[in-house]
Amino acid sequence: MRVEEKQTTVDRETGSQTIGRSFEKVCEILDHHQRNPAMLIPILQAVQAEYRYLPKEALAYVATSLGLPPARVFGVATFYAHFALSPKGKYVIHVCDGTACHVKNSQGLVDAIRKRLGLSEDKHTTDDMLFTVETVSCVGACGLAPVAVINEAVHRQVSPQAGVAAIEKILESEEQA
Amino acid sequence: MTTTAKTPTEILADAEAAHRAVAGAVERRIIICAGTGCVAGGALAVRDAFAAKLDTLGLRVTIALEYESPAAADVYLSKSGCQGFCQMGPLVTIEPEGVLYTKVQAEDVAEIVQTTLMGGDVVERLLYVDPRKREHCRSKDDIPFYQRQERTALKECGSLDPEDIREYIALGGYHGARRALCEMTPEEICAEVLRSGLRGRGGGGFPTGRKWELTRVQPGHEKYVICNGDEGDPGAFMDRSLMEGNPHAVIEGMLIAARAVGARTGYVYVRMEYPLAVKRLRRAVDDAHRFGVLGADILGSGFDFELKIMEGAGAFVCGEETALIASVEGKRGMPMPKPPFPAQSGLRGKPTVINNVETLAAIPLILRTGAEAYRARGTANSPGTKTFALTGHVANTGLIEVPFGATLNEIVYEIGGGVTDNAGRITDRPFKAVQIGGPSGGCLVGEHADLPLDFDSLGSVGAMVGSGGLVVMNDTTCMVSVARFFMQFAQNESCGKCVLCREGTRQMLALLDEIIAGDADETTLTVLEQTAQAVKTGSLCGLGKTAPNPVLSTLHYFKEEYEAHVFDKRCPVGACKALTPPVILAEKCIGCGLCVRKCPVKAIAGEKKQPHVIDHQTCVKCGVCLDACKFGAIVQGVAV
Ligand SMILES: Cc1cc2nc3c(=O)[nH]c(=O)nc-3n(C[C@H](O)[C@H](O)[C@H](O)COP(=O)(O)O)c2cc1C
Ligand code: FES
Repeated sequence: MRVEEKQTTVDRETGSQTIGRSFEKVCEILDHHQRNPAMLIPILQAVQAEYRYLPKEALAYVATSLGLPPARVFGVATFYAHFALSPKGKYVIHVCDGTACHVKNSQGLVDAIRKRLGLSEDKHTTDDMLFTVETVSCVGACGLAPVAVINEAVHRQVSPQAGVAAIEKILESEEQA
Repeated sequence: MTTTAKTPTEILADAEAAHRAVAGAVERRIIICAGTGCVAGGALAVRDAFAAKLDTLGLRVTIALEYESPAAADVYLSKSGCQGFCQMGPLVTIEPEGVLYTKVQAEDVAEIVQTTLMGGDVVERLLYVDPRKREHCRSKDDIPFYQRQERTALKECGSLDPEDIREYIALGGYHGARRALCEMTPEEICAEVLRSGLRGRGGGGFPTGRKWELTRVQPGHEKYVICNGDEGDPGAFMDRSLMEGNPHAVIEGMLIAARAVGARTGYVYVRMEYPLAVKRLRRAVDDAHRFGVLGADILGSGFDFELKIMEGAGAFVCGEETALIASVEGKRGMPMPKPPFPAQSGLRGKPTVINNVETLAAIPLILRTGAEAYRARGTANSPGTKTFALTGHVANTGLIEVPFGATLNEIVYEIGGGVTDNAGRITDRPFKAVQIGGPSGGCLVGEHADLPLDFDSLGSVGAMVGSGGLVVMNDTTCMVSVARFFMQFAQNESCGKCVLCREGTRQMLALLDEIIAGDADETTLTVLEQTAQAVKTGSLCGLGKTAPNPVLSTLHYFKEEYEAHVFDKRCPVGACKALTPPVILAEKCIGCGLCVRKCPVKAIAGEKKQPHVIDHQTCVKCGVCLDACKFGAIVQGVAV
């Protein structure tokens, strides 16, 4: 793939670090994994942990450094649900839609949260980059269904009202900040 | 820690003695459940509150036993893995009395300290109340949820500090590994596991001893052991609890497997949604290295074994063994046709044993107490116990363990405490269905209430043990929607490699959507069933082969419900919005007439200022009136 100049500016606008710095970090990550192509998934996980998503040029850079065809790296990055190719919001809300949560009305919860934030099944991130709302299949807390995870903190037995209340609380704290 | 001069038995005995000495010096132990559920409920704040409160009283508190520089403490605030009773968390146990407090919040701590620790009394309001007998239960042993279970794999999960390897050893840990490494040949280990009758808990139920033996006899020195901690079934969390609550049991199981087949390297593949499991496993691996039960020359036996932890990246199909292997190799997790089986050609083309977390966690016990003792539980063809995640419309949701052969009645009513309505209250109405085995499984209904559950009996009624998710559904659940839910899941997770799975799941999902939207005709059910059979027969891997199961199983047991959707355009429980006409709530309707004007088919009528009514014969269920009404007086999706 060609790394286009245009792409770089787009990413700058969306608030990620500048490309020069990102390569430095990516290099560190690659070295940490001995530039071993078999470690592609852990490498991408580390890159994503750094930037909250996988910038396109970082993927191209990883491919070149590991001596892999870029298609292979993109193939892996798009195959796994965990990898995001576009930036995520500051607060990532994972609403569980596993079986246990589903039978306890997780759909109502997702609908309520999406409605509050003006999001939909196709639009996951708010324009101000504050919230990303996604559904996941089971976070392993099924005894507490329905469950929502906001930036790694697990919330239990979340009714649609409680979900919206949690969002209001975040909005409030953001306004104060 | 040096291991040079000591015998393996001495190494373990020393660790045990160290634990007893240090633990014995502490008067009290307060065990706080630090499973995911209790942490979500505020367990860590409870622990901090205990530490602060005890500190103000001048008591010396420790949150981990200090072995290097043992300083006597008065109270040991220890955390445990998931104790299973998630519904009632956060759970706090006060030792030595064994009092169990439920739903504890930081605000309750002062009272517990005052009343129980100082006064020797119990705080009644924090005890669990048996809803049947309306009695307070003082300890775990009094609670029906625990009384009816037989916890072996999970036994230590509720008390052991998962970050304390010495405590694990003191409870008999690594003794099975010692026996395997120092007293048995690889052949004998395989034979012992085969004799125990242990069958894989990952879903298939393949005899573990046979799998190991197949791998053992392969030529070559490079072999691998993989622990499958991908736990993809949405609605199941047994493996998570084991990895978090007793990580050393998993490691010991892998060590024994490695010895049995001659592998030098192992991988634990953990779902990315389980960060705590990853953390605990990493810590456990480090501790095991320091104790010489991992690494080079383990327990002086000359055997070497290294263990690596790898996080998944969110793909259900990676739970399938060949896909998992591709993922460990850094590729897209796509399955490969079998044979060759991983035992013949697995990771990097080398013979590989791949076992589920729960399977591996059962191994130390088998080696420690012997195959016969293990066989004493369970049924002849499915020995031992099985953990289940009991969820859905049931009073006591959580993690349970019962011997194979337990019945649904025992599980749902005696352990689960009964079926609940949508508001969470216990009802007298029976369950409508219990979904077992997740997206690959099927449903069990009233007629199976007394069926002894094991691998073979479940297979004979079109269901499967699967990973062990048990989702109880009450009579407000629409079974067509349930089938659609699982199909959506399978369709999302289909890796796209083979046509029947990729296109077939899409077709089935479209057909189910038609049924739910009221667009189905007399051919729909036939096409659905034919497609299901085709996908079942023609898919490459287990995902596609089993994806039609929820459809076939609900079609079998709830045919009338499908037919009501298709022919009468009616959802019997009123869950499918498009098939349930809107109704006007008389108490909320002020008779403004707005809906009358908006209704495109003139189905609404009524006097001004009087509650209106909808003529269900004329209504096309478009939903316009719902949006029009400003008073929330029109609802849809409730049974009429
Ligand atoms: C689609 C699919 C998903 C699977 N998911 C899991 C899983 O999450 N965990 C697991 O242990 N086995 C899973 N399996 C079964 C594995 O392929 C394999 O049979 C199992 O790990 C073997 O271990 P066992 O013999 O100890 O059961 C899955 C199989 C299929 C077809
Ligand atoms: S189904 Fe939601 S946490 Fe498991």
